[in-house]
Parts: sequence; C-alpha cells; structure tokens
Amino acid sequence: MSTTVIPYTTEIRPDTGVNNVKLGIWLFLASEIMLFGSLFAGYILLRTGNPEFGAGSGALSVPMATLNTVVLITSSVTMVLAWAAAMEQNFAKFRLYMGCTVMAGAVFLVVKGFEYSAKFEHHLYPSHSTFMAIYFTFTGLHALHVIVGMGYNAYLWIPGSKMFHSNPQQFANRVEASGLFWHFVDLVWIFLFPILYLLPDAAS
Amino acid sequence: MGESHAHHEKPGLLASWFSVDHKVIGIQYAVTALLFLFFGFTLMMLMRWQLAFPGEALPFGGLLGDSRMPGGIMLPEFYNQLGAMHGTIMVFLGVVPLAVGGFGNFVVPLQIGAPDMAFPRLNMMSYHLYFWGGVVMLSSFFVPGGSAQSGWTSYPPLSNIAGSGQTWWVFGMLFLIMSSLLGAINFIVTIVQLRAPGMTFWRLPFFVWAQFVTSFLLLLAFPAMQAAGVMQLMDRLAGTSFFMPEGLIVSGQAIANTGGGSPILWQHLFWFLAHPEVYVLILPALGIVGEVVANNTRKPLYGYKALVYSVLFVGFMSFIVWAHHMFITGMGTMMSAFFQTTTMIISIPSVVILTCLLLSLWGASIRFNTAMMFALAFIPMFGIGGLTGLPLGLASSDIHLHDTYYVIGHFHYVVAPGTIFALFAGVYYWYPKATGRYLSEKLGRIHFWPSLIFINGIFFPMLIQGLHGVQRRLFDGGQIYAHAQEVLHLNKVMSFSAWGLAIAQIPFIINFFMSLKGGAKAPDNAWQATTLEWLAPSPPPHGNFATVPTVYHGPYEYSVPGMEEDFLPQYVAGNVSSEA
Amino acid sequence: MAHTLGEKPNIRPYIMVFVALMTLTLITVAVSYLHLPTMEAIALALLIATVKASLVACYFMHLMTERKLILWTLLLSAVFFFFVLVIPTMTAGNPITL
Repeated sequence: MSTTVIPYTTEIRPDTGVNNVKLGIWLFLASEIMLFGSLFAGYILLRTGNPEFGAGSGALSVPMATLNTVVLITSSVTMVLAWAAAMEQNFAKFRLYMGCTVMAGAVFLVVKGFEYSAKFEHHLYPSHSTFMAIYFTFTGLHALHVIVGMGYNAYLWIPGSKMFHSNPQQFANRVEASGLFWHFVDLVWIFLFPILYLLPDAAS
Repeated sequence: MGESHAHHEKPGLLASWFSVDHKVIGIQYAVTALLFLFFGFTLMMLMRWQLAFPGEALPFGGLLGDSRMPGGIMLPEFYNQLGAMHGTIMVFLGVVPLAVGGFGNFVVPLQIGAPDMAFPRLNMMSYHLYFWGGVVMLSSFFVPGGSAQSGWTSYPPLSNIAGSGQTWWVFGMLFLIMSSLLGAINFIVTIVQLRAPGMTFWRLPFFVWAQFVTSFLLLLAFPAMQAAGVMQLMDRLAGTSFFMPEGLIVSGQAIANTGGGSPILWQHLFWFLAHPEVYVLILPALGIVGEVVANNTRKPLYGYKALVYSVLFVGFMSFIVWAHHMFITGMGTMMSAFFQTTTMIISIPSVVILTCLLLSLWGASIRFNTAMMFALAFIPMFGIGGLTGLPLGLASSDIHLHDTYYVIGHFHYVVAPGTIFALFAGVYYWYPKATGRYLSEKLGRIHFWPSLIFINGIFFPMLIQGLHGVQRRLFDGGQIYAHAQEVLHLNKVMSFSAWGLAIAQIPFIINFFMSLKGGAKAPDNAWQATTLEWLAPSPPPHGNFATVPTVYHGPYEYSVPGMEEDFLPQYVAGNVSSEA
Repeated sequence: MAHTLGEKPNIRPYIMVFVALMTLTLITVAVSYLHLPTMEAIALALLIATVKASLVACYFMHLMTERKLILWTLLLSAVFFFFVLVIPTMTAGNPITL
C-alpha cells in the first residue's frame, strides 16, 4: 500500500478555516443530534399521545442520577483541561487530566450498573411500562456512547500518547475531536437527566 | 490493463479487499451493488411468476424447498418475503450503494482534483459495514420462518410480531445505516476540504453538487431510522411496546404487551428517513445525467446555477414532506394540507432540474453513444415518474390511489427507468476511466433498446391496474376482486416484460466482462470531456494525479467560440469570460 | 480558532463554567422536590437543561469562537431536529374528524 498524503488532515485549510478531522467530527455530531432528536420525538409522541402514560420517574433514583450528573460534568471539565494541557505541551498535566476523564467515565458506568441492577431487583424491566422502555433504551444508548468515548480517551491516554511527542499538533487535534464527542455525550445526559428523572408524572 | 503505467503495481486479492484507495473501494461498491441489484431483480421475477400464473407450479421451483415453494407452488409467506426483500435489497443494497458508494467514491475525488477521500480507512470501513449488512440481510432467508416479510417499510405491529427474520432485517439495516453515515461524513469533508486549487464551489461539476446534497440527506435523515430500528429491536427482543398499541388481537389471540405504544411513531421515523432516501436515490442519478448530457451535447449545461440551487432546495424540502406517505393514517386536514403543500412545492425545483436538462439539448449536435441514449431515456422516464407522483401528493386523490399498483408504478418509474437508467449511463460513461477501455457500442445498443421497451412494459400497466384500484402486495395479483378482473390480463404482460428485461441484461453482462480485456483502448480523456477526472490516467493510479491540478474554469466549457477544439478542460488555462 | 500549539489556553472560563454547571444541577434537583405543577416543572427543568447544554456547547466545545462552516452545519441539523421533534406530535394532535 503506497502512501497517499491527504491534505488538511492536521493543518487548517485556509479558506474553510478547519481541518478534516474537526469538520468530520462535527458532522458526526450533527447526525448524533438527529439520532437523539428522533428518540426524543418518540418520547414526546408517546407521552402526549397517551393519557395513561405513567411517567414513573418515582421509581428512579434521583440521588444516583445526580451523582452521575456531577461525575459527567466533572469529566467534561477535565477533558477540556486535558486538551488545554496538550495544547500547552505539558505531558504530565495531560496524563493527569485525561486519566481523570477516563476514570470518571468508568465511575459513571459503575453507578449506572448499580442503578440498572436495582431496577432488575425490583422486577422493573424494559417491558414493565412504556416509561421503563424509554428509560432503558435512552440510558442504554447513552451508556454505549460513554463506552465508546471512554475507550477512545483511554487509547489517547496511554497507548496513543506516543504521538504527543512525535506529532503534537495532530495529537492535540485528536484530543480535541475526542473531547467534542465526550462533551456531546455529557450534553445528552444533561437533557436525559431532567426528562427521565425529574419530570413529574403526567397523570398527577 | 494498465501496461502503459509503470507505477501500476497489481496488489493481491486480499490487499485489494482491504484497499483504502477510493477507486478500488468505488469499484468494490459498484460490483457488489450490481450483484445485489441482479439478486433483487431475481426475487421480483419469482414474484412475477406467481402474479402471472397464480398457484401454478414453477418448473424447478420446488428446488427452493418445501418451506418456500413446495412442488414449485409458491407459499404466500414466501411471496411476502420476496416482496419485502426485493424492496430492501433494491433500495438499500443496490441503488444507493451503486449511486453513492460506487459512482460517488470513484468519481467525486477525481472530479475535484483530490488524491483520495478525506478519510481513506473510514471509507474502507463503510464498504465493509455495507458488505456485512448485506450478508446479514441475505442470511435471513435461511433462519426459521424465513426473512422479513412485512414489506420494505416494516410497519409495526405486523413487523413486531413477525418471525425472527425481521430481527435480522433490523440488524442488517443498522449495519447499512452506519455504513451510510460514515460514507456521508467522508463525502462532505472531501468535497469541502480537498478541492484542488481554483476549484471553487461554483466550479464544481453538477455531479459533485448532487453527491454533496445527497450526503447531507444521508447524514441527517438516516439517524431517525437508526432510532426507530433500536426501538423495534427493543420491542422484539426486550418485550417493550414502543410501537405496540393496547389490546392488539392477532389471529383471535390477544397479544400480551404493556400497550401504550404507537405504530404511527414508526411511520413518522421511518418516513423521516425514507422520504429523503427517495432523493438519495434520484439526486446522484440527476448528477450523472447532467455530466453525460453536457458531454454529449457539446454545450454548457443549461442553467448550471439554477440546477445547483434546485438541488439544494430539493434537499432541504425533502425533510418536510414525509407525512404525504401517511395521509390515510387518520391525519387531520390541517397537517394534510401542510404536507400536500410542501409536496407540491418540492415538485417545482424537480421540474426546474428536468427542464434544464431538456433545454440543454436545444440546438445541440448530439453524440448518440450508449451513455447518452440512457441519459436521454432517463429524462422522459423520470418525467413520468415525477408527474404520476403529483396525484399521490394530494391528500384527496391519494385516498383512492393509496396502496394500489399506481404507487408501485409511480415510484418504479422514478427509480427503475429513472435512476437505474442513469446509473447505466454512468457505467458506460466512466467505464473507460476505470479500465482504460470502452464498452462495446454495438452491445450497448442491444442492451439499451430492449431494456427501454421492456421496462415500460413492466411499469406502465401498473399505473393502469392501480387506477382500477388493484391493491399492491396481493399474493394472487387481485384475482379474487371483481374490480380487478378487467385488468388482470396485464399481469401476464408485466411478467413477460420482466423476464424480457432480464434477457436484455445479458448483452450488458457480456459487454462488461469482455471489454475488460477486449474493449477498444480509450485515451485518458475518453470523451473529450472538460472535468478533472479525465486528466488522470485511465485507470488512475493510487493518488490519482501526478501533480495537483489547478482549475481555471467552470465545469462545462464546451464549444467555446474562437477555440480550435470544442472543449476547454477545467485544468487548461484559456481566456474565456463565461465564469459562473 | 485562534489556539496555537505551545500557547497555554486560558482555562479560567472552563473553571467558571464548571462551577455554573454544578450550581445549575443543584438548582434543578432542588426544584424537582418542590413539586411544582406539571407544566411549570417541565418548562423550568428544560430551561435549566438548555442553559447547561448551551454552556457546554459554547465553552467546552468552543462554539463561541467556531468557524461559520461548522455553525451553519449545526444550524441545519438544529432545523431538522426541530422538525422531527415537533411535527410527529403535531400530526398526532390533529386527528381526522368527521
């Protein structure tokens, strides 16, 4: 396989003002917006279309979800600090902040795991009600995003960090792209948290 | 092939399979998609047997097994499987991968003067996701109960209670959606970022514009189907009821579910994808026809800017017309009025595009090669397809026509003698670029004329049957209905036309393989064309251009007054003032 | 964007946004225990979520200083997001009447 050099992978194209990676990740996020938009559309339609819709957020644990919100927001700020460290060329700081981000992702998933198993213990499965179906589908899909984002962050944190020294600009771009995805995952959770845990039952 | 290029090393089969070269991937897409098109066509030919001779044994049909055609007589369940899979395969595994994955991949980077796609490895991944999505789809024929059989639209609650083939269908779709999303990102980034110096947006060939808009449709419409697919999986596997209404009774038995779901939700999410998908099918085809028409009329394309604005407008509007597929779901007059208005509006830019293509022919001395014949046939065929769509877009006439063969006739005119003819035009036009040799013109004519006649023999009678009120998806073609008796004889006409169309493809298949080695050698600029792909050697090497080309003009500087040759390529400097 | 390698980006705004996000989280949880009427509760919770999301997008994701190309892309998806969110429910809320 001969090597073809693709222009503007790392450097910015002057007339568009972005590099390929950044445009690519934003386009991906645009499609993610539509994915979660479609899910929310389903939620609204099912909730407003059915007078019997039992929101049942009472069965969910607000303290656990609040903890997870705090964890995810913290990971978002450590992520942006990791990017700042990569820009600043401070490897030790990068390692620290990226490590925190990955760990926070893991904590989020563990808490989520406890939450799920608590539901299962009370025989609350997705098939229990439309609300539970929505709860498990939305949080499940979100958790999948957390896993993907965490995986890539973990890659950048240890094995992929060789590039920190060999090609600092490209590495900083990668951290930025990974960060954009991670912030988006955080952003989705910011909406999931109130609509699943905090809204009162429609019937009440 | 490629003896003239010393740097052309022949990679092994495995290396080609995992190639990151956009041209190899484009050809992989194209060949796979052509195979799927042929397979989907075969499914339809089986269905046409049942429709022409209901309940009669197909010779050797028994070989398909007792669960499908015992003794050669088709079971209704198998007919439904064929119908669902024909639609799915043709749309998602045939036409879109050929138009976008095949032609888009091969042509777009060349036309904008780029060395490759922006993300070559992602490009390879798109193809592999598509391939495995196809494998999952095909495997579903062999699971107990057979493949999906709830139509290509997979409406719940029917699809929710269908056999396990439907689960495979959803998984296959999720693969294909991922593939399309990654592909769309790649195309947009490539077109925005990798244009050669001088290649401004207003100098992009029309085909590139078409692919650009198509990519946005894929990017922003497909996620709705992704969400719907996930919900259907939950319904099927986790016992939820996103799409299941309360108190559903099937075959006298109440279905146990939590209720509170909405089958209409699926229709909204599905059509939010599937209406833009219709334009995903047609826009690249329009792009190809634009290229072929400009090249063979030897004139600038009429109304280049109008074409581009129309395509952009069509792309935007295609997101807010979807519920015209749902007029009879109990939608009130306010929303019906909204959707029929947007539907009428979207027909305006479509007519502008078609008119521009037609006016491009005015006063031209047309070169009638096979590519041009297919492109010329496209124009009236797409016209019929588009115009027959208008009565369906009006809520009141749609009540009569909904779910009849008229609908089938309408959208097949758009995608079969429409899009697929344009794709054939593309194959004849760019084959010399991909292989360095022309396809045979003689075999091309033998391919074209019977195809044109037979394809109308299939789809025109459908419009007649539909106007008589014959419903689609009937296992016996409408035999038990009094109102269908008058037009039942047309079933035989359509079936024989379908089989005739299959025979008409034989010269194409022969041509395709024979010309690889035996075709007349083509120069790099095989058609005296102006766009950048003809600057690269045929076939283009990895990396495409020896040096990065510079672009000096708009894409269609044909017959420039005062010039010796009748074409001025984009990469040749020259003093023309007809800048767009 | 104006960030260049080797220069230390100003991290003060990130810390401030972090504090704001934490505060808003506490507020939205506290409000949920007040048991406001349904409509008010929904409106308030969504308002707070939107403010939080905007902070994340504007500062952590640098949309404040981002290029027009990306903003236009996002605007386009925001429009379609709005369509897919609103139209199905509007349609369901407009049933046929005889």
